[in-house]
Amino acid sequence: MREIEFRDAVREAMSEEMRRDTRVMLLGEEVAQYNGAYKVSRGMLDEFGPRRVIDTPISESGFAGMAIGAAMLGLRPIVEFMSWSFSLVAADPILNNAPKMLYMSGGQYGCPVVFRGNDGAGGQLGSTHSWAVEGLYSNVPGLKMVIPSNPADAKGLMKTAIRDDDPVFFLESERLLSLKGEVPEAEYLIPFGQARIARTGRDCTIVSFGRPVLFCLEAADALAREGIDCEVLDMRTIRPLDAAAIVRSVRRTGACVVVDQSWSFGSPGSEVAALVHRECFDDLDNHVHRVHSADVPAPYAYDLEQEYLPNTRRICEAVRACLYKA
Amino acid sequence: MASAPPASVDATSGAGDCATAQPPRPNVPRNEVPFETARGWLREMMLIREFELRCMQAYQDKKIGGFCHVYIGQEAVAVGCVAAAEQRDPIVTAYRDHGHALARGMDPRFCMAEMFGRIGGCAKGKGGSMHMFDRANNLFGGHGIVGAQIPLGVGLAFGTKYEDEVINGGKSSRVTLAFLGDGALNQGSVHEAMNLAGLFDLPVIIICENNGYSMGTSIVRGTTMGHDISAKAAAYGMEGIAIDGMDVLETYWAMRDVVERVRSTSRPVFVDMRCYRYKGHSMSDPRKYRTREEEEAYERDDPIGRLKAHLDSRGLTEDDFKSIQREVRATVRAAVEWSDQSPVPPMSDLYRDVYLERWGPYTGSSAPEMLGGGENEPSFKAIRPVEGEGELL
Ligand SMILES: Cc1ncc(C[n+]2csc(CCOP(=O)(O)OP(=O)(O)O)c2C)c(N)n1
Ligand SMILES: [Mg+2]
Repeated sequence: MREIEFRDAVREAMSEEMRRDTRVMLLGEEVAQYNGAYKVSRGMLDEFGPRRVIDTPISESGFAGMAIGAAMLGLRPIVEFMSWSFSLVAADPILNNAPKMLYMSGGQYGCPVVFRGNDGAGGQLGSTHSWAVEGLYSNVPGLKMVIPSNPADAKGLMKTAIRDDDPVFFLESERLLSLKGEVPEAEYLIPFGQARIARTGRDCTIVSFGRPVLFCLEAADALAREGIDCEVLDMRTIRPLDAAAIVRSVRRTGACVVVDQSWSFGSPGSEVAALVHRECFDDLDNHVHRVHSADVPAPYAYDLEQEYLPNTRRICEAVRACLYKA
Repeated sequence: MASAPPASVDATSGAGDCATAQPPRPNVPRNEVPFETARGWLREMMLIREFELRCMQAYQDKKIGGFCHVYIGQEAVAVGCVAAAEQRDPIVTAYRDHGHALARGMDPRFCMAEMFGRIGGCAKGKGGSMHMFDRANNLFGGHGIVGAQIPLGVGLAFGTKYEDEVINGGKSSRVTLAFLGDGALNQGSVHEAMNLAGLFDLPVIIICENNGYSMGTSIVRGTTMGHDISAKAAAYGMEGIAIDGMDVLETYWAMRDVVERVRSTSRPVFVDMRCYRYKGHSMSDPRKYRTREEEEAYERDDPIGRLKAHLDSRGLTEDDFKSIQREVRATVRAAVEWSDQSPVPPMSDLYRDVYLERWGPYTGSSAPEMLGGGENEPSFKAIRPVEGEGELL
């Protein structure tokens, strides 16, 4: 099968959906003439023209709100945040308008917008630019949250996101954009709420989301050399969360480690832990162990940032501790 | 000194119409700056340029990580503005902040070491290129989120005024310089802050370093009234003027005038500071959105070249110029060497400075952890505006 980069997979999904449905359009900073700050939208201006691929000023609050208004009227905008860190200045429209519109209007106005951009640490970007917004935003009912870890998932999930009638927060990673992977040429969609078993194993279930899934697979390889056989679940979407997949796996392994790059307090990771403790109480040999970013703002210095992030070493330590092999 | 009205430029073209479109002001008292002072500015501007060139090199060598935005081409703005203000006047700026830090007096070693992520950095390697803070020099940070520093700048002005008038019972006496880029002018928070500054009579100068581009977007593509942004000030009841930021003498005199006015009236002023960045937005920008001709036209009109020409006419010798050149090179080389030697921060530093109080990180366990004393003491105890009040319990 052909291999393409993560960024190409996202672009293919957007372009295919824009060919299929003229209500779909893309807007954001530098998406058109500059071909995207991270080249995700390369060539899209040429194909779709400036009415459908639109450069905006640095006005996140304004253009996110504008997209929501347009969606209420019936369009299906895709909004690129250069980084999800910059979506914080648009917190009101994306959290107070988009996910609540349907409910507040008693079902009259939906909000089919896809918000997408880089999430998580980009590499020494410091405290303001390294947000893992899944911790903050997954708390909000009414939105869906997608966090792919590879090109194939990114494409299939993006197509589903664009066709979805609710607001979708699509979390990419600057560090994954150049990652290559096999992506089918024929059209396919991946439904929300279906985890992917990235690796099967008997001893411990590792549940993760987005880029950290890659670290989990590395850790699982390292642990296999110690005779520890891990199962790695790539959740792919955080809302909806495939709780059944987690429960099925943990009932078999009897041990669970959650790896989540957001902060631990009130996070997807803590939600999974609560779920497993409730549903798999009698199956567990130990409490759920969790690996998160350290409970501090992201530091700039290289060594500190490496230690701050969930990394392979910390995942291995958590699995060993969970299995009483520390 | 009254400012010339902004030059009329073709609103359909790109940035090409910024600085050079400003007619030189005949009434700038160029020769009234003492020779030694002007020579000092030349040195500072050359120091900033040399520093930034070495940053670019260090970035290529992977000694600097993350995002790094250099100030080359805009040196006259920071140097002229800082010279026009007093050291006690607060300054706050965006992420293109090395020039402001150096002009304000930050030791180049601390600035470089910060970018190297070393303990000797101005923020112990925790902030990086975009977040330069220097409490001793009243630099209240570089800030990475576009526009974020303008509400803060307005808050600094609120703070100085409150301190001077309410707490000390005197007259507002300090002026805040708050810098932003032209692209930042499109952030909502900037406009809310400008309204507050106008409404509350706050002594702040909002200096828009209008280099014509925000990343790859020329000002007229992203900003209404892009040909005359100072017009926006009127909507907030504040004066708006344009200054040629490619000429340090002009910047100095015009800013001195503004600083004096703001100090005496406590009314905010908005400055459209026309300038140009010679390099890309950050380290990975091929600059396809503008022409080489445009860049070369600005480079020929270089702020360092302009000041040198002025000083030449006042008797700067080639030998003296060369000695400045040698000295700034040596200074920056020493900063790089010093930063190379500075240790990386210890792992314990990851958890320091999160709270002023000594609560440890949240670990998910039942007992909250307290960090020990000694080396885990927060590094600055007196963050609160009035020292002595509200001591730590
Ligand atoms: C809220 C927010 N949105 C986007 C960015 C990404 N970004 C950083 S700098 C920049 C361009 C800013 O241009 P300008 O204000 O003109 O300043 P200059 O870079 O020219 O100094 C953008 C879009 C950001 N840091 N913060
Ligand atoms: Mg600019």
